[in-house]
Amino acid sequence: MDLDPEGLFRDDSDEDDDNAQEREKNKEMVVYLVDASPKMFTPATTKADEEQETHFHTIVNCILQSLKTQIIGKSHDEVAICFFNTKEKKNLQDLAGVYVYNVGDREPLDRPTARLIKDFSSIEDSFMSNIGSRYGITAGSRENTLYNALWVAQALLRKGSAKTIEKRIVIFTNEDDPFGAIKGAAKTDMIRTTIQRAKDAQDLGLSIELLPLSRPDEEFKMSLFYADLIGLEGDDIVEYLPVAGERLGEMTNQLRKRLMKKRRVKTLSFAITNDVCIEVNTYALIRPTTPGTITWLDSISNLPLKTERSFICNDTGALLQDPQKRFQMYNDTTVKFSVRELSEVKRVSSHHLRLLGFKPLDCLKDYHNLRPSTFIYPSDENIFGSTRVFVALHSSMLRLGRFALAFYGNPTRAQLVALVAQEEVISSGRQDEPPGMHMIYLPYSDDIRCPEEVHVTSDDAPRATDEQIKKASNLLKRIDLMDFSICNFANPALQRHYGILEALALGEDEMPDIKDETLPDEAGMARPAVVKAIEEFKASVYGENYDQEEAEAAAAKASRGEASKKRKAITDAASQKSAAYDWAELADNGKLKDMTVVELKSYLTAHGLPVSGKKEALISRILTHLGK
Amino acid sequence: MARNKEALILLLDVGPSMHGVLQEVKNICSTLVHKKLVYNRSDEVGIVLFGTKETSNELAKELGGYKHVTVAHDIKVIDEETAHALQNLQCGTVPGDFKVLDAVVVGLDMLIRKFGDTKGRRRLCLITGAQHPLRDPPEGTKEDQVDTIADQMKKHDIKMECIVFRERGIHYSTVMEENDRLLYQFRDRSVAKVVQVDSPTSILGALRTRNVLPVTVFRGDLEVSSNLKIKVWVYKKTSEEKFPTLKKYSDEAPPSDKSATHEVKIDYEYKSVVEPDKVVPPDQRIKGYLYGPQVVPISSAEWEAVKFKPEKGVKLLGFTDRSSVLRHHFMKDVCSFIPEPGNTRAALAISSIARAMQQMNKVAIVRCVWKQGQGNVSFGVLTPNISPVNNVVDSFYFNVLPFAEDIREFNFWSFGSLPSSSQPTEEQQEATDNLVKMLDLAPAGREVLKPDFTPNPVLERFYSYLSLKAKQPDANVPPLDGCLRRITEPDPKIIDHRAPFIQNLGKSFELKDNPKKKKARTQDRLAYTDADDQAKSVQEPSVEKDEILAVLYPQTENVGEIGDLNPVKDFEAMLAKRSSSTWVQKAMEEMQKYTTALLQNSREGDNYQKALECIVALRKACIIEQEPNEFNQFLTKIYERLKNGDVADFFQLLSLKNISLISKEEAPDSDVTEEMARTFYLKQEAASQ
Repeated sequence: MDLDPEGLFRDDSDEDDDNAQEREKNKEMVVYLVDASPKMFTPATTKADEEQETHFHTIVNCILQSLKTQIIGKSHDEVAICFFNTKEKKNLQDLAGVYVYNVGDREPLDRPTARLIKDFSSIEDSFMSNIGSRYGITAGSRENTLYNALWVAQALLRKGSAKTIEKRIVIFTNEDDPFGAIKGAAKTDMIRTTIQRAKDAQDLGLSIELLPLSRPDEEFKMSLFYADLIGLEGDDIVEYLPVAGERLGEMTNQLRKRLMKKRRVKTLSFAITNDVCIEVNTYALIRPTTPGTITWLDSISNLPLKTERSFICNDTGALLQDPQKRFQMYNDTTVKFSVRELSEVKRVSSHHLRLLGFKPLDCLKDYHNLRPSTFIYPSDENIFGSTRVFVALHSSMLRLGRFALAFYGNPTRAQLVALVAQEEVISSGRQDEPPGMHMIYLPYSDDIRCPEEVHVTSDDAPRATDEQIKKASNLLKRIDLMDFSICNFANPALQRHYGILEALALGEDEMPDIKDETLPDEAGMARPAVVKAIEEFKASVYGENYDQEEAEAAAAKASRGEASKKRKAITDAASQKSAAYDWAELADNGKLKDMTVVELKSYLTAHGLPVSGKKEALISRILTHLGK
Repeated sequence: MARNKEALILLLDVGPSMHGVLQEVKNICSTLVHKKLVYNRSDEVGIVLFGTKETSNELAKELGGYKHVTVAHDIKVIDEETAHALQNLQCGTVPGDFKVLDAVVVGLDMLIRKFGDTKGRRRLCLITGAQHPLRDPPEGTKEDQVDTIADQMKKHDIKMECIVFRERGIHYSTVMEENDRLLYQFRDRSVAKVVQVDSPTSILGALRTRNVLPVTVFRGDLEVSSNLKIKVWVYKKTSEEKFPTLKKYSDEAPPSDKSATHEVKIDYEYKSVVEPDKVVPPDQRIKGYLYGPQVVPISSAEWEAVKFKPEKGVKLLGFTDRSSVLRHHFMKDVCSFIPEPGNTRAALAISSIARAMQQMNKVAIVRCVWKQGQGNVSFGVLTPNISPVNNVVDSFYFNVLPFAEDIREFNFWSFGSLPSSSQPTEEQQEATDNLVKMLDLAPAGREVLKPDFTPNPVLERFYSYLSLKAKQPDANVPPLDGCLRRITEPDPKIIDHRAPFIQNLGKSFELKDNPKKKKARTQDRLAYTDADDQAKSVQEPSVEKDEILAVLYPQTENVGEIGDLNPVKDFEAMLAKRSSSTWVQKAMEEMQKYTTALLQNSREGDNYQKALECIVALRKACIIEQEPNEFNQFLTKIYERLKNGDVADFFQLLSLKNISLISKEEAPDSDVTEEMARTFYLKQEAASQ
C-alpha cells in the first residue's frame, strides 16, 4: 500500500534528493597523480623475451591516449598531471617530492592543449634529467610525499564548485605498501595523517581513485594501505583490482568520440485526453555526429573571421533591414505573406503533443521513418503527477503491445509521431536502453513514394521457389553476425577526421591509419562452409552457367557499347559545332558572354569539361581552359 | 522543364454515392492544381465528371451514347480557371458508378485527340465509389472492354490512378466485388494503380498531388561476396516534402515598375576579428577545426589529399536477428533496393533472400557508398518487403543505422526506482490499460490515419491559403479544414463514444501545477495558446462543435451585449467568445430579450425583417448548441403572448418561411416531433379559435 501517495510527508531534504537526480555535473576536473619512484622504472615483466616495458611507460602512454580522447570528446574538461616521489619539486605549496607538470602559459589545471599532449608524449626522454626519481618515504626522513601529493592535488582542485563540477584525483602506482620502509610510531602517525588528508579531500567532494599496477610475480595488495585510503571495505577490496585493471585498459583504448552532456532538448506538454495533460522532456539520444564546428580563418593570417550578412534589394540596390515579407510565385503572380501569417499557417495544433490513439506495433512499418528518433522521459517540474501518468501509460503500452499515435505540433514541422514504449535494458551493470518512449517521426502520404511500382510489367514478377528460399536460408545461417551491436562500428570518415586533426595539431608527419570497421570480414567470407553456401545459392538462383554468360554478355556489351557510341556521337557533334568558332578570339574580344549557353556547352563537351553551372561559370571554365 | 511536363485528366464521380465526400474531392484536386500552379506551370489538366444529369462530351456528340459524362474543363495548360472549375463542382443525380468505363474512355479520347502519338507523361486520375453495376458493353464482356481500354492506354503510354472510396463498415455487394475486380484488372495489365480508402481524410492523402520523377540513388551490385553479386537499383522510399522556402520580398521598387523582381539578394562579407574594416575575399578563407582550445587550419587541397575515400559499392556484412537492430535506431529517410528492372535473376535472388529473411526473422547489415568520391559510408540495415501484388517485385527497405559515435549514453532513473508518489496504483494502471484498449485506431481489418494516406495538414492549408491570397491579398489564414483536424486532434466521435473511460482517466490521476514555478511562464512554455484558449479546450470536450462555431462565429473583440445596429453579429460574437459556457447562456437570453422588445415596439411591421433575422440566428445557434428546448420554449412563449396583438402577422411570416419549433430530427435533445413542428402555427390557431 502506498503510505504517502501525495508526498505530503516528505520533507524538504527528500525533495532536494529528487532534484539531485535531475542535476547532472556538467564538467570534470582531474588530477593525475603519478608515482615516479624508482620502482616504477624497473621493467614490469621478468621474462627476457618480451619487450622491457616499465610501469612508468605504461602510465605515460595511458594518460597520453586519454588526453587525446579527451581533447576531442570533452575538451572543456580540465586536467593536471602531477608526479610524486620526484627529486625536483614544483608546486605552489613548495612541498618536497611533488612535481606539477605543465607546458607554456597553460594553468596547471586547465583544458588540455596540443602542446601539452605533444610535450608529454616525449616526457620519458627528459624525465630523469629534469625531474628525477627517488624513493619518497624512507626511514629516518620526516617527509611524506604521498601526503604532499594529495595536498597539492586538493589545492589544484580548489577552483570551481563541487556541485556543478566533478572533481577527481587518480593515483597511479605499483607500490602497495608506501610506508613499508619505516616502522614504529612514525609509521602509524604517517598512515593516520595521510588517510585523514584523503578523508578531508573526499569530504570536500573530491573523489579519489587508484589505478594500481601489479607485477606478474607479485599482486598489488589493496589491504596493505590503499583500501583504507580510498575507503573500501569487505568484498569491494577483492573486486577492486580486476575492475581497476579494466579501467586502465579502457583509458588507453577509448574510442575518439565527442561526448555530449545530458541535456534536455525541450519540455513539451503531452495532452493525453482533454483534461489530462502531462509534462515530458525530450532528449536526443541518437544524432549523427559531425566533425565539429568549422571556424573560418583568413588563410594569410590564420585569424578567425566573422561573417556579416546584408540584405540588398535586387531592383534598386538599396540596403534593407531584415525584410519581414516573403513571397511565392503562384500562377505567375506574386503572392506576399508576412512572417506572422506564415507561422500561423504552420501552427495547426494547440498542444505540443496530442494523443490520437493507439495502434499495434506491427502498424509501424520499416519505411515509416524520416529522421532520428527523439527520446521522451516524464518530468514533474511544472506539473506534479506527470511521471505517474507516464509510468502507467508506459507499462500499459508495453503490456498490450501498442504504440501511441500522436500529433506533434512543432512549429517548424508539425507531424504525426509514433510513441514507442521502451523497456529499460540493463546489461552488466550498465543501462543499455533507458526506460521511456521513443518518438518516431512518421511520414505523410506526400513523403512516401512507390519506387517498387515504377517498373511494373503486366507479367507476374519472378518469385523465389521453396528450394531457392531454402538455399537462401542456408546462406543466412552461414553469414551470421554473432552478437551484432551498432556500438561495434565506428564511423570511418569521422575517425579519419579526428586522426588527421590530431596529426596536424601535433605536427606529426605521418597520417594515421584508421581501421574501417564497416568493411565485410573477408576472411570469414572465405571460409569453406560460407563459400559452399554461396555457390549453392548461386547455382540455384542464377543457374549453373551464370558466370560464363555474364562474361559473354559483358564482352558483347563492350564491343557493341550502345551508350559509349552515343556519347561519342554527341562529342563529335559538339566538336564540329565548336570548331565553327574561333574561341580564342571570342575570348579576347570579350564576346563569350554574347553566345548562347548551348554554344558554350558545345566547347565544353568537345573538350571533355563539365557542362554544369550558370552561364558565368561556363564562361569562366572556358577561359580557364584557354589559359586566359 | 518540358521533360517533366504532364497532362492529367481528373475523372471525378459526382454521383450520389460520392456526395458526402465531394468537398474533400474538390479540396484534394484543388491542392493538386495549386501545386501545379507553383511548381509545374506548363502542365495541362482536364476535368471530366460522371454521374451528372447532363451529358456533354465529344464522343457523345460524334457517336452517341456516353451519357451522363460531362467534360467540365477541357484539357489545357492550367490557370486560375482550372481551380475555379473545381470549386464549382455540382452534385450529380445519376448513380455515376456505372459510367466509370465510359468516363475512362472519354478521358482517354481527350488525351489521344490532343496529343496523338507525341511523347510525354499522360495520366488519368479516377476517383469513384464504384458501388453500382457497370453497364454491359454493346459487344463482348466487360473484361474484354477493360482489356481494350488497357491496350489503348498502353499504346499511348497513359497511366491511371484509381481511388475507390467506400465508407467504413459498408456492406460489400457482389456488384462492388465485380467492380473492384475490373479495376484491379487494369492494375494487372500494369496501366493502373488502385487504392481503396474509407474516410474523407484519407481521400486527401490518397492522391499524389506533386509529381516527383523517381531518380536512382545507386545502380550497381549488391555484393554478398566477391563471388555473388546481385544487380540492384536503389530509390528513395520516403523523402520529406518540405514547406516551400519563400523568398524575401523587397518593396523598394516603385509600384509603377512592372518588371521589378522584388527579390532580395543576401550578401556575405567576411571580416577579420582583429581588423573589422578589412574585408577578406571568400576564396582567401580557410577552414579551421577546433582541437582543444586551438584552431587547426586545414586547406581544402590538403584535406582532399588525406581524407577518407571509400570505394563506391554496396557490400553485405552479414545477417543478424531482427531483434538486435532496434527500431528507434533508424536514422534517416528510407531507401528501397529494387532488383534491376528486367533482370529476372536479380529479382529471383532478392525474392529468395527477402523471403528467407522474413521466414527466419533476420535482417541484413550492409555498408553503402552510393557514389564515387563520397566522403563517408552509409551503414544500415536491409529488411524484407514482400510484395502482396503479383506483378510487383519483392524488394528490400534500407534504413541507415547510427555509428558508435552517434549514440549518446545518457542514464535515466529506472521507473522501478522512482519514489512511490510516481508509481501508479492498481486502479490507475487499470485506467490507462482501458484507455489504451479503448482508443484503438486499428480495429480488425482497418487502420485509421495510416501514414500512407494521411496528407500533410500544414501543406494543404498553405496551398489553399496561397490560392486564396492570390485573389484576396489581405485574406486571413483560414482555420484548419475539418478533415485535416482529424489528423491534429482525436476524433470527437471516438472520444464521445469512449467518454466514460476517458473521464475515468482524468479522475484517477491528479495533476497539479507546481506552485513554485510561475504559472504564467509555465503555461507560456507548455502551450502555444493563451490561457483563454486552454480553458476553452478543457471545457468543450466536443471539438467538432467548437470547430463549426469557429467557422460560423469568428472571434471578435468588445462583445457583451446585443446592440441595435447589428444584433445578429453581436449575438454571434458573444457566442464566439465562449471563454466560458455562461456566455452561451447569456447570449441566448440577451437575444430573446432583444427580439421580444423588437416585436413589442414594432409599428406596422417595420421591425419584422430584423426580428426575423434574429429568430433565425437564435434558432441556428440553439441547434448547434444542442439547446433546442431553449428556443422551443421561447417561441411558444412569445407566440402565446403576441399572437393576438398587433404583430400577429409576424407569425404568418415565420410560418411562411418555415421557421418553427426545433424538431427531434434537427436536434436529438428536442422533445418535439417533426409533425408537431410543422403544424405548430396551425394547431395553436385552432386551439385559440
